[in-house]
Amino acid sequence: MTVHQHAHHHDDHGSELDEMQLRVRALESILTEKGYVDSKALDFIIDAYETRIGPHIGARIIAKAWADPDFKRRLIADATDAVGSLGLVAGRATHLIAVENTPQRHNMVVCTLCSCYPWEVLGLPPVWYKSAAYRSRAVIDPRGVLADFGVTLPAETEIRVWDSTAETRFIVVPMRPHGTDGWSEEKLERLVTRNAMIGTGLALAPAEIANEAAT
Amino acid sequence: MNGVHDMGGMHGFGAVEPEANEPVFHAPWEGRVLAMNRAMGYLGLWNIDIGRFSREQLAPEVYLGSSYYRKWTLGLEDLTVQYGLVGEDELAAGRVLHPAVPVKRMLTQADASKVLARGSYERPAPAPALFKAGDRVRARNIHPPGHTRLPRYVRGHAGVIECVRGCHVFPDAVVAGRGEEPHWLYTVVFDGRELWGEGSDPTVKVSVEAWEPYLDRA
Repeated sequence: MTVHQHAHHHDDHGSELDEMQLRVRALESILTEKGYVDSKALDFIIDAYETRIGPHIGARIIAKAWADPDFKRRLIADATDAVGSLGLVAGRATHLIAVENTPQRHNMVVCTLCSCYPWEVLGLPPVWYKSAAYRSRAVIDPRGVLADFGVTLPAETEIRVWDSTAETRFIVVPMRPHGTDGWSEEKLERLVTRNAMIGTGLALAPAEIANEAAT
Repeated sequence: MNGVHDMGGMHGFGAVEPEANEPVFHAPWEGRVLAMNRAMGYLGLWNIDIGRFSREQLAPEVYLGSSYYRKWTLGLEDLTVQYGLVGEDELAAGRVLHPAVPVKRMLTQADASKVLARGSYERPAPAPALFKAGDRVRARNIHPPGHTRLPRYVRGHAGVIECVRGCHVFPDAVVAGRGEEPHWLYTVVFDGRELWGEGSDPTVKVSVEAWEPYLDRA
């Protein structure tokens, strides 16, 4: 019998924030005092996800795939190996699979059972990715989900949804926007959004970052 | 288990609401609990599947009513009690009341980068793969009360093996206490109409990653 198998009497008074700050602080103090965790190790992990591991890693991978056809072939054939060759990832992006969007097919990634996500290349998932709304709807109404993100695809485009039910992890290779011939990888990177690599968005158009640069 | 965590295809949760300029963490405790989960996993007492099952076992109204990191907190509390590391009385009191249990290792700052690297779940194959790409299969109509990674929405439905992913640790076995029991893992793709009926979007295809014991030849 564990603590939470019963129906719970979690109080509705006070915000989750206040309750959780106290609860997690108490848990950390118990675990550290008992010698199970070291708070400095926790600081290191938090700092890594706040400052070093995020979607900028995925964006560099995608930009390289756009700029270098040989790298793209390797990425599609074995993403773990191809990404490993770039030296961007702590350890290895194990069991990583890159799936490519084409005019005929759009890919979208979900985890209906929990929130599996390619942390090594995209960092921690956004709240919406972990939400019941996304997890429930992505597999039955992917076009409706895309509409929530303001994305409309041609009616004949195949929508392929990848449910991450194992330890395999997926990153979408979005289509390279028109008007980017000859762009450097550094410039291409700015067009690659996190949502484009999950499949709930498309890569930005050059005009979208032109505005950003002008401001 | 046929729990509320198995959400694929459910209605009623509303629109997906992306947050502009979302921070990595919405409050400091979220980062602490994420990091504690990684550090406690490093003790080697449970694996990722057992961690997932701890969250699936939360009462339905708790699961649905809690944020992601709140579920991680409750699941971690349960695991520490289940493995005898912390007493329920200690969680209730919010302080240590009993001596610690000896552990084999603890994650130090010097080793913390190790938990950022993802381990491999692939294992040597005990037997050749039963299926190959292109084979037609049917997801078994099974309803195990324990942990499983076969979502309800594909059970009983026919699909096609798209890719053989190697022989992987079998979550159902780990959580049932049978050890890793590696099985072949496949990407199985289903037509949307097979899953959602005649009136559904004909352009949709959905794949799951399915271990061999989840599948029959169709």
